[in-house]
Amino acid sequence: MMRGLSRNGWVLGLVGLLILLLIVTKLIQPSFGASGLESVTRAALPFAFATAATAVVVIAGGIDLSVAAMMAVVGVTAAVLMEGAGVTQTWLVVLAVLALGAAMGALNGALVVATRLPDIVVTLAMSFVWEGVALLILKAPGGAATPWLREVILGPIAPGPVVSLIPKSLVVLAVLLMLVWLPLRRSRLGLSIYAIGSDATAAFRSGVSIGATRVAAYAIAGVLVAMGGLSVTLSTGIGEPIPGPYLLAAVAAVVLGGVVLGGGRGGLLGPIVAVFILRIVRLDLTLLSVDPNVTTIVEGTIMAVVVMLGGILAVRGRRA
Amino acid sequence: MTDAAADAPILDAQGVSKRFGAVVALRDASLRVRRGEVVALMGANGAGKSTLVKILTGALRRDGGTLRIRGRDQSFGSPGAARRGGLVPVYQEPSLIPDLDLDENLRLGGTPREPFHHWVRELGIPDPPMDDPIRHLPLATLRILDLARALASEPDVLLLDEMTAALPTDLVERVLKVVREQADAGRSVIYISHRFAEISQLCDRATVLRDGATVGDLPIEPGVEEKIVTLMLGAALSPAQARAREATGPATTGTPRLRVRGLAAGTKLADVSFDLHKGEVLGVVALEGQGQDELFDALAGFRRPGGGTIEIDGQPQSFRHPADAIAAGLTLVPGDRAEALLSSRSVRENIAVPYVARPRHWGPIAMRREGAQVAQAIERLQIDTRAQGEVRRLSGGNQQKVTIARWIAGGVQTLLLFDPTRGIDVRTKRQIYALVRDLAAQGASVLFYTSELGEIQAACDRVVVIFNGRVVDVLDAQDADEPMLMRAAYGLTAREVRA
Repeated sequence: MMRGLSRNGWVLGLVGLLILLLIVTKLIQPSFGASGLESVTRAALPFAFATAATAVVVIAGGIDLSVAAMMAVVGVTAAVLMEGAGVTQTWLVVLAVLALGAAMGALNGALVVATRLPDIVVTLAMSFVWEGVALLILKAPGGAATPWLREVILGPIAPGPVVSLIPKSLVVLAVLLMLVWLPLRRSRLGLSIYAIGSDATAAFRSGVSIGATRVAAYAIAGVLVAMGGLSVTLSTGIGEPIPGPYLLAAVAAVVLGGVVLGGGRGGLLGPIVAVFILRIVRLDLTLLSVDPNVTTIVEGTIMAVVVMLGGILAVRGRRA
Repeated sequence: MTDAAADAPILDAQGVSKRFGAVVALRDASLRVRRGEVVALMGANGAGKSTLVKILTGALRRDGGTLRIRGRDQSFGSPGAARRGGLVPVYQEPSLIPDLDLDENLRLGGTPREPFHHWVRELGIPDPPMDDPIRHLPLATLRILDLARALASEPDVLLLDEMTAALPTDLVERVLKVVREQADAGRSVIYISHRFAEISQLCDRATVLRDGATVGDLPIEPGVEEKIVTLMLGAALSPAQARAREATGPATTGTPRLRVRGLAAGTKLADVSFDLHKGEVLGVVALEGQGQDELFDALAGFRRPGGGTIEIDGQPQSFRHPADAIAAGLTLVPGDRAEALLSSRSVRENIAVPYVARPRHWGPIAMRREGAQVAQAIERLQIDTRAQGEVRRLSGGNQQKVTIARWIAGGVQTLLLFDPTRGIDVRTKRQIYALVRDLAAQGASVLFYTSELGEIQAACDRVVVIFNGRVVDVLDAQDADEPMLMRAAYGLTAREVRA
């Protein structure tokens, strides 16, 4: 139990911060309730998937700067193929774009492994490639998401006093992330991903195949990216070929969530909670009608302060 | 099984070669290990031990030669493949994953639990913390866990690289006992160590490498140490290079330029004391990892000492930053040239950097004066400046000359040279020795660590030998021929002294 506490201290702190922010929100805007929560969660969905994807790659010791561009590719592909699609075809499209995400991610990873260039260089280059691909598929916003599938992430899970507080999008997010993350965390592949990020030489000597593990990490990130791209199309109803502001927000949430840039440390829960913290800070500042330019300054300051505080606490903890 | 089969080598490497670019790491290395044998793999620094170990365990591919395991030709493409082939190494640096806990590390490596726990108990760590990240554990514990993990996979051939280097004495005893039991149970061990005492206690045979080739294979018997030392040195036993030197050495009385007392740093540097006088070149000799890196880092202000004092001209010093050491007149030329140079800038900028970087020189750079000083240094060192636009395009020897030239241009009081001639050609080496002597003649003091023992007589006045983080011998350079230094470096003359 103590072990769990000390290991997850960071995440617990973030959860505490999140609760505090929700209370602050309620104080600023007493009418904040189920519908407010629903819209925050739905808006956070693409950010959360982008963050999860980034977290996996960063834990493996890499970084993927093409996350937002790949989301655009998936989003427009889904919108084009879903226009007027029936039930079977819709599900086929979902499966196809998940596979597309995995393939794009695997290609990123394979290029990093084959060229031996830094991850940041390869994925920056690929972000331009994917941006171009998205525009080739759809020149201007268009296509359509299958309406009944959109319902999956819209509104509360059921009418009623308590359950109506839980938005469907939150359930979808939790279920999908657990489907990807829990088996991974328990598998040898998951350990290998942590291992290559932690110490590639030691991992190699422990018999881990560095190249294959790296490609797998990027591919898994690609699947999460595809979920993110789908969620954009489902929540807006059309495909948007220009990448959204997901890349830097995802890196920010990953860092705030306790994943160490450089690899080997951290999990998925922290970054996801961090996504919600950053979204709600933004909401609160909007509710307080703070100048949007000042908003970004406040967000940046919060990140720097929280991460620095974490560093200081970690050093203290080690000395104690 | 017939006697012949029992006596057949389980591992037989013949004529193994490996080059890295232009550098030949192994020319003709051979190693044969029979069942139930503990074989010591010996060689001076740079003889090719680590390269051979990496090839045997699949971390590197060989260019030539054969490797037969149990009589069958083998090529291991990865450490995992070598492991499955029954060859399990424990490297000098722990190969457990620092951010995973022990439980996860065992799962990652597919280590069977029961045998692992059996071995950690045998090795004296009965209750290892299973769910602390590995990075929180002390080095000695890590090495034991690494060994227990290797033993748990029941290797046919266990490869131990400097296994006892970071261990306290009681753990060393347990390790030696366990290794001996392995051999008695019919398994084989390749044992790399700088400690003759352990080798004579533990090993059946010693295979000696020199310059990438196997030069001897001897049974361990009383008096074998001398033979091994002779083999490790080889032709280098020829008379030392003659050097014209002033009849009177530098004055070794009065206040020394640099006085070090009881210096300790990190886990390796325990207690080192010496005096370095004005106009003196003091050699430092040590086997790999005896604390010399920590010594130079502490003197250059890269690392805070854990104890002891550093005095310059009688003034106690405490360095918080390399700039403090430079301000006190101590300048380091690191062993790794890449650490010292701005590789994509010009020769001129590289030489001028320490001069320009002084806070007092903020503001415009006096280009003409700088140019004159730089030109003088280039001339004096005979740096080949055909590729002077970018330092990284120079040859290794010329790069090294640039790292020294930068300190000469600014005028130097005390120069700390860490293996300055590693990997450079003979002609350039000679130029560097001459330069070091020149500097000393002009009153500079030089601390000169080298992994090539012949350089002591070529460049130094006196030499301190460090073993296990302590000074074990101080010699006049003229008396310090290679066999004597080699014996001292292996701790064979066990007397603790002060220089």
